[in-house]
Amino acid sequence: MIEFQLITPESAAQAAQLASASHTAQQGAEIRFVAGGTTLIDLMKLDVETPAKVIDINRLDLAKVEKQPDGTLRIGALVRNSDLAHEPNVLRDYPVLSQALLSGASAQLRNMATTGGNLLQRTRCMYFRDLAYSECNKRNPGSGCAAIEGLNRTHAILGTSEHCIATHPSDMAVAMMALEAVVHVVGASGERDIPIGEFYLLPGATPQNENVLKPGDLITYVTLPAAAANSKSHYLKLRDRASYEFALASAAVIVMTEGGRITRARVALGGVGTRPWRSHEAERALEGKAASEQHFHAAADAALRDAKPQSGNKYKIELSKRCIVRALTTATTQA
Amino acid sequence: MPQAPAPNLIGTSVPRIDGPLKTSGTAKYTSDHNFPEMLYGVPVQATIGKGKIKSMDVAEAEKMRGVVRIYRYGNAPKLYRPNGQDENAHVDETRPPLEDEVIYYNGQYVAMVVAETFEQAKAAANKVHVEYASETPNVALDLSDGFNDKMKEISKRGDVDAGFANAAVKVDYTYSTPIETHNPIELHSTVAVWDGEKFKLYETTQSIMNHQAAMAQMLGVPKENVQIVMKFLGSGFGGKLWPWTHDVLAAAAARDLNRPVKVVIDRRMMFSNVGHRPRTQQRIRLGATAEGKLNCLQHDYVSDTSILDEVSEDCGEATPYIYSTPNLRIRGEMVVRNVGTPTAMRGPGAVPGLYALESGMDELAIALKVDPVQLRLMNEPEIDESNGLPFSSRHLKECLTTGAEKFGWSKRNPAVGSMKRGDLTLGWGVACASWIAMRMPCKTSLMLNDDGSARIACATQDIGTGTYTIFAQVVNAKTGVPVEKIQVVLGDSSLPPGPVSGGSWVTGTVIPSIANAADNAEKQLIDLAVNGTRSPYHGRDPKELAFSEGRIHLASEPASSGIAFDELLRKGSLRFIQADGDSMASFADPNANKHSLHSYGAQFAEVEWDPGIARLRVSRVVSVIDVGKVLNPRPARNQVEGAIVMGIGMAMFEETHYDPRNARPVNSNLADYIMTTCADCPEIDVTFLDYPDKVLNEFGARGVGEIGLAGVAAAITAAVYHATGVRIRNLPIRIEDLISGSSNKQHFA
Ligand SMILES: Cc1cc2nc3c(=O)[nH]c(=O)nc-3n(C[C@H](O)[C@H](O)[C@H](O)COP(=O)(O)OP(=O)(O)OC[C@H]3O[C@@H](n4cnc5c(N)ncnc54)[C@H](O)[C@@H]3O)c2cc1C
Ligand code: SF4
Repeated sequence: MIEFQLITPESAAQAAQLASASHTAQQGAEIRFVAGGTTLIDLMKLDVETPAKVIDINRLDLAKVEKQPDGTLRIGALVRNSDLAHEPNVLRDYPVLSQALLSGASAQLRNMATTGGNLLQRTRCMYFRDLAYSECNKRNPGSGCAAIEGLNRTHAILGTSEHCIATHPSDMAVAMMALEAVVHVVGASGERDIPIGEFYLLPGATPQNENVLKPGDLITYVTLPAAAANSKSHYLKLRDRASYEFALASAAVIVMTEGGRITRARVALGGVGTRPWRSHEAERALEGKAASEQHFHAAADAALRDAKPQSGNKYKIELSKRCIVRALTTATTQA
Repeated sequence: MPQAPAPNLIGTSVPRIDGPLKTSGTAKYTSDHNFPEMLYGVPVQATIGKGKIKSMDVAEAEKMRGVVRIYRYGNAPKLYRPNGQDENAHVDETRPPLEDEVIYYNGQYVAMVVAETFEQAKAAANKVHVEYASETPNVALDLSDGFNDKMKEISKRGDVDAGFANAAVKVDYTYSTPIETHNPIELHSTVAVWDGEKFKLYETTQSIMNHQAAMAQMLGVPKENVQIVMKFLGSGFGGKLWPWTHDVLAAAAARDLNRPVKVVIDRRMMFSNVGHRPRTQQRIRLGATAEGKLNCLQHDYVSDTSILDEVSEDCGEATPYIYSTPNLRIRGEMVVRNVGTPTAMRGPGAVPGLYALESGMDELAIALKVDPVQLRLMNEPEIDESNGLPFSSRHLKECLTTGAEKFGWSKRNPAVGSMKRGDLTLGWGVACASWIAMRMPCKTSLMLNDDGSARIACATQDIGTGTYTIFAQVVNAKTGVPVEKIQVVLGDSSLPPGPVSGGSWVTGTVIPSIANAADNAEKQLIDLAVNGTRSPYHGRDPKELAFSEGRIHLASEPASSGIAFDELLRKGSLRFIQADGDSMASFADPNANKHSLHSYGAQFAEVEWDPGIARLRVSRVVSVIDVGKVLNPRPARNQVEGAIVMGIGMAMFEETHYDPRNARPVNSNLADYIMTTCADCPEIDVTFLDYPDKVLNEFGARGVGEIGLAGVAAAITAAVYHATGVRIRNLPIRIEDLISGSSNKQHFA
């Protein structure tokens, strides 16, 4: 960890203004917001993040969950993961989000982790986290990727490039992908709404850029669309042990059925993609079809059709497929 | 009024006497010690696995705020090697740190920054720039290079090759276990204080006496000039048995700078610089008659060690005596890899060894179509066939039958995948456990005070297992002083020398020494009673007197008729009497030498398998343990339950992954090194048979720290086979192996 200056602004606008002096909001930012600190401080201790200024946003009034008149749910960026998971509106209308949150990290971490911070958590690629490896395009653009020829059992199989194969490890964001959340940002040049489907970038040749945020952009809220009546959902997370481990494969599914037919399906995957992975392919394979195991398999095949495994993670294709099938089965067979 | 005899607390669940200190956060652990003017040391680790330091640039780091000194090759204080012939000064990694510019393993310390604060030292350590001439390291997982003609013969009887040739049913498989890293929550730490002549070293150690001798030798000072203190340990699992390089670095820096120095290594260093359980590869060849009588057992094993030191994982530990067979051969070998020096981990040798042997037994049972419990019962030996000695106390058969009963084994359908619980497939497996029983030499000092209290002192240590309480219970049993009036003083090398906390031998070891101290105290009290002018027994023949329930009395009369020892002391105006206790090692004891001394157990495991999502969970473990008399069932149960949890980790999760390109352990943190969590813990049912083993000591207690881990992994992989048809021969069990649906076939040998 290097010495840094800690600043505590009083308003969102002031926070955004202060941070806009950074040359980037992506890897290498010299100014960082800190919320729960469970990602940022960890990476600062490892010297992977080396901001000269850290802006503590915990005093800002962004810790509320509010149902809006139009039926949408507005979640403040500072709402803690544990609070959000147990929030009555979330439990009633968006159980898939609660399940995803509770499957993440540990109780202690969830008590600190915030909605905004969770969206922006960094990959657990061990080469990214270890300065002993000079090769990491995400940390050190143009240096290569130590994982492609290295140990990559936990890495991504969807959305990878020859420059980076790291997963986005969030569970919460996977559920939000399926829920089609909207990320609300206050920036130096005003406010904007970013549909979560457009929020994350593929690594391509610039894996250091993970999302569309610009210097000074502060996430203030995440909005969930009004809950669709009669929808059934499930979040399933598969991993080696039962708790406190990132997903090897996970799936958030939301389906609406009419007379045994699927009228609308949302499928998002975790643990396998370079970003929280919305699978339109799986959704297309489901919509209009009977809610049957045969079609669940077809959807799983469609979701993984373009998967590109590495030396250590071929198993993830099959695991992810089984995860999708089981999540759909569980969702559609519940009362 | 006749007094009721004091209840004997041996065998009862006396609460830990150090419990309140721990639960209230007032117990002072090693790194809790702070001193005025104290400095902080942070080591710098090599980032290559093999090669040499070409150059080191410390200019930037040296200028940073708070930095006092940066030690490296060239300016490091002179340090020495421990005398390898002195087994009381044992060190696994014997190379003094910073001795040369050669890199033997990734993570090796190449420098240590000493600064005014921890943060300053850490920041500067990250700014030490090292250039290396790097070579390709070797961390190959396949250890077949060790299966050669030079393998060392460990045990042999009969002719295994002939036995195998003549066997009606045979199995011949190779098993492997990965490198596992000790991950006690308490990081290795040291706080070194130098007073110009002597060292006082606060250490995280399981062996203060060995630590004292080894540190003295490496620092080049007389042993008397080194005092080691360790009052509470946040666990060790064997990783804290011997000193490691940060210990001597801290002490040398304290002497050099003439200020106290604290070094707390970080979790990443825990993965490279303080030992690990080495990787093993083991070939098990078994042959049996058509009925299932073993007629040959061959166990060949190879473990990996570092370039620097030879530390072997003796996988054949339990193999020579656990079953009856006329033909047996055990051979062992080490191969060299670019890893840090390995060290003992809970149940060293026997634990990985029994994983392989007991897996082989399960495979043999299947080949024979014999129930796996039955197969073991059929091959129970009468005596220890490796040396012809009778067993001091062996109840392995009862472990198996009691376990089978408790587990419900008779309801087991042996067909693979045949047992269900709802949508889940069940698997049931069994394996046997064994561990050495031994006593080490031990000295103690017992004080009986004029206020009726007692103090017992010994330079051994409580590593979190309950040793403080065991001392109090034994003193109570021998003197009648109530537990709450007994002060137990351990963890300081200036006390009478006691045993290393390893090998599960502390409990067995300290009993005879405390008993001897109590006998000597009794002699002193009786002397006082017959000689003291104000004693009611003045002038009596000492032979007429006895000491029991805390009172001196006529041997012919009950204790209640006599005088309490504290009253006797007060009459004589004595503050206390102090008596020494001394006891010898079991290997020096002629009677113990006439016996084969071991503990035994049987592990039964149930797994739940959800094939649809390839999810495997251990749902139930029944463990029946034969460790002699259990002095205190609560911490004893706690030891076995903890060991089973660790066994689940060994079977299903734990493996340190080294990047083959630079030999670096890459999953070196508690999120990426997967261990058992509470959510993975099944229902655990532990039974102690509780047969005293009087050959070892008067209470018949052996020791319970390690046995619970033995056999667990084999029972789980047997259950996995029963549920899935997949035989896991390479630990840990991985989702990818279960998904593939085929057994590990790698025939390394
Ligand atoms: C051991 C471990 C295990 C974990 N396991 C899981 C798991 O299983 N599943 C899972 O989903 N997650 C897991 N996590 C990740 C955890 O969920 C995240 O660390 C957490 O959600 C981050 O939130 P935070 O508030 O602490 O973020 P911080 O660390 O405070 O911030 C993270 C990043 O977001 C930025 N930021 C924070 N808030 C804002 C804002 N409002 N606007 C703009 N930028 C902002 C910060 O500048 C920083 O770059 C784990 C973490 C750890 C350490
Ligand atoms: S996968 Fe991405 S994060 Fe990991 S080493 Fe490669 S470039 Fe870096």
